[in-house]
Amino acid sequence: MSATMIGSIGPTKDQRISKSLGRRRKLSNRIVSVLCVLATVIGLVFLASILFTLFWLGFNGLSLTVFTTSTLPPGSNGGLLNAIVGSLIQTAIGTAIGTPIGLMVGTYLAEYAHGSAIGNAVRFVSDVLLSAPSILIGLFVYELMVAPWGAFSGIAGSVALAVIVIPIVVRTTEDMLRLIPVSLREAAVALGAPKWLVITKICYRAAKDGIMTGILLAVARIAGETAPLLFTSLGNLNWSLSLAKPMASLPVTIYQYAGSAFQDWVQLAWAGALLITVGVLALNILARLLLRGSK
Amino acid sequence: MDTTTNQTNQAPASFGGVEARSAAALNPSRISIRNLDFFYGANKALKGINLDIPDRQVTGMIGPSGCGKSTLLRVLNRMYDLYPGQRATGEAILDGQNIIGKDTDLNALRARIGMVFQKPTPFPMTIYDNIAFGVRLHERLNKAEMDERVEWSISRAALWTEVKDRLNTSAMGLSGGQQQRLCIARTIAVRPDVILLDEPTSALDPISTLKIEELIDELKSDFTIVIVTHNMQQAARCADQVAFFYIGELVEVGPAARMFTAPKERRTQEYITGRFG
Repeated sequence: MSATMIGSIGPTKDQRISKSLGRRRKLSNRIVSVLCVLATVIGLVFLASILFTLFWLGFNGLSLTVFTTSTLPPGSNGGLLNAIVGSLIQTAIGTAIGTPIGLMVGTYLAEYAHGSAIGNAVRFVSDVLLSAPSILIGLFVYELMVAPWGAFSGIAGSVALAVIVIPIVVRTTEDMLRLIPVSLREAAVALGAPKWLVITKICYRAAKDGIMTGILLAVARIAGETAPLLFTSLGNLNWSLSLAKPMASLPVTIYQYAGSAFQDWVQLAWAGALLITVGVLALNILARLLLRGSK
Repeated sequence: MDTTTNQTNQAPASFGGVEARSAAALNPSRISIRNLDFFYGANKALKGINLDIPDRQVTGMIGPSGCGKSTLLRVLNRMYDLYPGQRATGEAILDGQNIIGKDTDLNALRARIGMVFQKPTPFPMTIYDNIAFGVRLHERLNKAEMDERVEWSISRAALWTEVKDRLNTSAMGLSGGQQQRLCIARTIAVRPDVILLDEPTSALDPISTLKIEELIDELKSDFTIVIVTHNMQQAARCADQVAFFYIGELVEVGPAARMFTAPKERRTQEYITGRFG
């Protein structure tokens, strides 16, 4: 009896089931893995293709004159100087206007609102603004500034960009301030520090990297915005530093040049696109480095 | 008031394996707590507390979690004011002034009653600025005076030799034990009368704990100290007076030596011998 049992040692029923189950699991694991890799490859192919085209055509269009000459009529070897400078000016002013407002609103929401009705309303409006189509913001500033003054202007473009900056900075500021442990605030309060000093000297310092990241991301966002500028600063084919006059910008120039029939304009549009992409990429990397540095 | 004149030469006695180190008689009261109730919303967390905190000695507050000992500590520097819905009634008199009174200047009060927390909370700035931050809130010192104050307070916190060469580096780079001593230095630098310690060693290793306990012993010559601790041995090692809390009530208070040798209340005895808690 016992001898036959020993003789019949082999896979028992349970082992057979688990073996076949194991095979099925391995198979489905392999299928899903392959699908995942495939999806990643498809995504990366498009991204790489876009970047490759951009770099290929962009570098072809790039030359010293791009940085030294303003936009000129087709065929006369123009550059993008006015657009580059216009973009820098409007992005800088937009950030300068939007950042303090966003910081203060974010601080209010994190430190003073305490779930009050006004706080919740402000947060809701800010979040809606965060996802509002940027062309609407352009129209809003058009009605607010361009229509009453009867002229497109660089300052109107800057204000439109500032409106985009505000909700981004509000959100990151509030989130970062909320991350600060209660114990740190209490420690400062326990030394006899009034609330405003706790916020400005301790909380801002502790949240500095996160808030800076938010600001950099906002800058990266507005540097590439076209729609809010179309109705506000309009674009300007001539060299102009006046904030009261229409002002050129890279995105709007790309928009105007890319669809034109002139080969040299199309090439300049690619060069401009490359410049914006590299700039935004650099800002994003900087933002990531800042965040990593804080951890 | 000289503390040594009140000292008796009684040998440290033990009870339930816990030995109180201090056999000193208690000094006159510095803070007098009378009929103190505390509420978290509708929930009464402290019930009719009467307690005298002796001047320039260590009062240890013990009891199981949620008994109200940390709550009482946070009443003494009005930390509860940060949170709407928390309120205290009754009296806690420091030098003739009711801490709980409506007209108390909170920032001035907190300069007189400092607090050190459970977890080290260095500010994200240099070691020097960690100390200077609190001082600048209450005094105007020139550079030399500030340097002197920083050195004095860090030395008092037994940290000077370890950090004197890197005062301008971030305090976040210090070890946990060093950070906690920096927090003590930061509190001392404001030159308070009273120092509240809320389980100051529960996040630290045994060696850092020992250093902090030695520091407490050293600091009580100048400061009135109240320490909340979960560790009975720590209370026995550090405290001159021990107060035992249970579910919002002050069950018993007395000199450390007596509390650990002859507790009057059965609950105190049971807690000290580890029957519950």
